[in-house]
Amino acid sequence: MALNRKVGFFRGLSYRGGGPMLSWMLHRITGVGILVFVGLHVIASFFMQQTGSDIATFINTIYESWVFQIFVTFFVIFHALNGLRIAILDLWPRLLSYQREALWLQWFIFVPVYGLTVFLLVQRSLVGG
Amino acid sequence: MHTRSVQPSTSFEYLMWIFTRISGLAMILLAVIGMSGAFLLGARTQMDLPTLMRWTFFPNPNHVVNSNIPDVALGWATAYWQIMQMVIFFFAATHAFNGLRVILEDFIGESFLRPLLRGLIFLLWLFSLITAVFVILAS
Repeated sequence: MALNRKVGFFRGLSYRGGGPMLSWMLHRITGVGILVFVGLHVIASFFMQQTGSDIATFINTIYESWVFQIFVTFFVIFHALNGLRIAILDLWPRLLSYQREALWLQWFIFVPVYGLTVFLLVQRSLVGG
Repeated sequence: MHTRSVQPSTSFEYLMWIFTRISGLAMILLAVIGMSGAFLLGARTQMDLPTLMRWTFFPNPNHVVNSNIPDVALGWATAYWQIMQMVIFFFAATHAFNGLRVILEDFIGESFLRPLLRGLIFLLWLFSLITAVFVILAS
């Protein structure tokens, strides 16, 4: 019998895909997250600019706060680096034999870049500004 | 059991698949260009790192107004950056709404809802492009 793709959401979550499945899920979650957060920021900026709306200012204040930026920067940096790995492996499939090394390189770049980002966000907030 | 047919010819799905990869790489390249442009305009002495990163992600003069740039209109608020912003936003919006389409189609599957979903996403995409052009030109 061939693959049955009609699997429920929670049944699908129980699939033990390990690290690659986590990367796939995070890529989707961060992608939708970026769309929602950055999209809201663009729309709020539009209304702030055109009407000086209070709700829009409120949304943008949350968006620009350092706590929120810790999440936004995680979403963007992870999605970009993971996506870069996926795009390179998709466009040059011969490199697929180096999938494991690519994942290693991805995290090797991600940890210091995101770590520095969070450090700077927290440090500047503690200094005040 | 539902089998998908092999599509050897160019189809919408295939084109969007390629576009997603190319636009992703293009956005990274455009970010590098944005950051390089900032350094050429004197960002090293005129702004801190978070401001530089805001500019890198989207080269909008509003992102650098609270910095030591003497006059944002000279070099930062030019038509060149406005066009760059529009290109970046076009790639980003199309990339993002296509991604959203892929995820939702995974949940919806083959059904009459698919054309409705595509139409709705198309309208959202168009609306966000128009909004972005307004925001960019009025900055």
